[in-house]
Amino acid sequence: MSTSTSTTPTSTGTATGTTTHTVAGRALVTTVPVGAHYVDGTTLDPNGPLASGPVVLDQTVAPLAPWSARLLAGQTLTIVDVGGNQSADFLVYNAHDTDERYSAPDTLAWQGNAYLREGSVLRSNLGRPLMTVTGNEIDRQDTIGGACSKESNTLRYGFHTEHQHGCRENFLAEAARHGLGARDLVSNINWFMNVPVEPDGALGIVDGMSAPGKRVAIRAEMDVLVIVSNCPQMNNPCNDFNCTPLRMLVTDPLRETGPDNA
Amino acid sequence: MTSIADDHQTDSVLAARADARAQAERTSEYMPYRPASSSPVVPKGVDRDALVWAETVAPGGYTHKVIARGTRLRLDDPTGTACAHVVVFNALETNERLNVADTIKIPWQAYLGAGHPLLSGDGRALATITSDTSGHHDTFCGTSTDESTTAKYGSAAPEGPSPSGRSRFLLAAAKHGLTGRDLPPSVSFFQGVRVEPDGALTFLGSAGAGAHVELVAELPLVVLIVNVPHPLDPADDYLVGPLVVHAWPGEPTLPGDPQFTATPEVNRAYLNSIDYAEARAL
Repeated sequence: MSTSTSTTPTSTGTATGTTTHTVAGRALVTTVPVGAHYVDGTTLDPNGPLASGPVVLDQTVAPLAPWSARLLAGQTLTIVDVGGNQSADFLVYNAHDTDERYSAPDTLAWQGNAYLREGSVLRSNLGRPLMTVTGNEIDRQDTIGGACSKESNTLRYGFHTEHQHGCRENFLAEAARHGLGARDLVSNINWFMNVPVEPDGALGIVDGMSAPGKRVAIRAEMDVLVIVSNCPQMNNPCNDFNCTPLRMLVTDPLRETGPDNA
Repeated sequence: MTSIADDHQTDSVLAARADARAQAERTSEYMPYRPASSSPVVPKGVDRDALVWAETVAPGGYTHKVIARGTRLRLDDPTGTACAHVVVFNALETNERLNVADTIKIPWQAYLGAGHPLLSGDGRALATITSDTSGHHDTFCGTSTDESTTAKYGSAAPEGPSPSGRSRFLLAAAKHGLTGRDLPPSVSFFQGVRVEPDGALTFLGSAGAGAHVELVAELPLVVLIVNVPHPLDPADDYLVGPLVVHAWPGEPTLPGDPQFTATPEVNRAYLNSIDYAEARAL
């Protein structure tokens, strides 16, 4: 599906409503209840890399979509929050042994802080560095809030949301492309999402602190597989109720050759 | 620019919590009904309070559940445009699963209808079709893949307007710890295919709005159901209607039931299923 896909309701009041989408250069009418994309007039800033070296990969993740890539040790992934306050749900694995994967508790305990910032080392379940946050343009990044799912949406918002697309669906779909499944999904990072823990322990997803064009840069400390869900959630403020694209840039200060693009 | 965000006060944890909780009473055209007794539609003759599964599956959506031996499972096509792709597994040993070849070969019949068993590759009946007002089903074409879906609709993105059947089965399977190697060919209900004398597969389409199929679980089952267009659907657009699912407790096919001895082959399949169930004290 092209990133220019747009959703325009074309009929209402029928037993099964339809919408029309621009797909591969043609209009496709569908009965599938596709999630909403950003509204016209949304400010979009694609910005550029937040690390030095030649760009070896430059891709846009459409609103609601999954994405993955392999990075070689030393390469840096810049994620651009193109539309502002768009959660990039993020998992990372040792590319050569996916039993070793991101561990939120190891990451937090090692650094002694509940939020991710520049300098945070993303640790694996073996305690080893997978990646390091080398650049960060918002106050704090989240790794407490986890991913949304169609199932957990029913707990938070009601059973009417069960059919909606969610990050766990994206993670499972993208993980399957790498031979991974439900057993391989763990607590993740949510770049550009704001989950404060208040003095009394209250915790929740609240309005974001990001803005169009804000970036985070993460350097691979070993060869890694990164899986991302461009969060489709429209029931809470993690996407500012306006799902926008993410730009993924990989820079490589050492090599001119590109990564094994997933 | 007006934004949906303008309608939500979410600048603190308590405000965000209140905003989330205020959404709970909404309904959707497509949703599970919990408890199942709250289903807006109850199959005729079924006690509302006995329902264990009630759901409307969205176009392009999927559902899945583990159901007990004897459970009655009913699928309804209210618009005449649903297509229920189904795979069932023995819930106790998921390597035992629907075998479409045996399902049509053993009964000497390719076209599904009332009395037709869904057989595993292990000589047992996993389920039996107990009633069928459609007669338009398919055991030949399986479901769509990302490859076929992209060729036909231009996209098979999981978040997009035309997801593939296999990608939906993969998500459903993942919820039970199963992966792609666990997915055998599926059958589909409500969109028929017929084999012409020269072997040509002719798309029969549906029997119209309001058809239903009812099955009984002969063993505890993992049921995966995907609602996407049939692979031979001739429409250029992705037009599949909602699928309604209900289930309630009942008995498997047992001695004394005319179905138990309907054919010598199916009789032995039931004997095998009962043999398995009794050894496991089901």
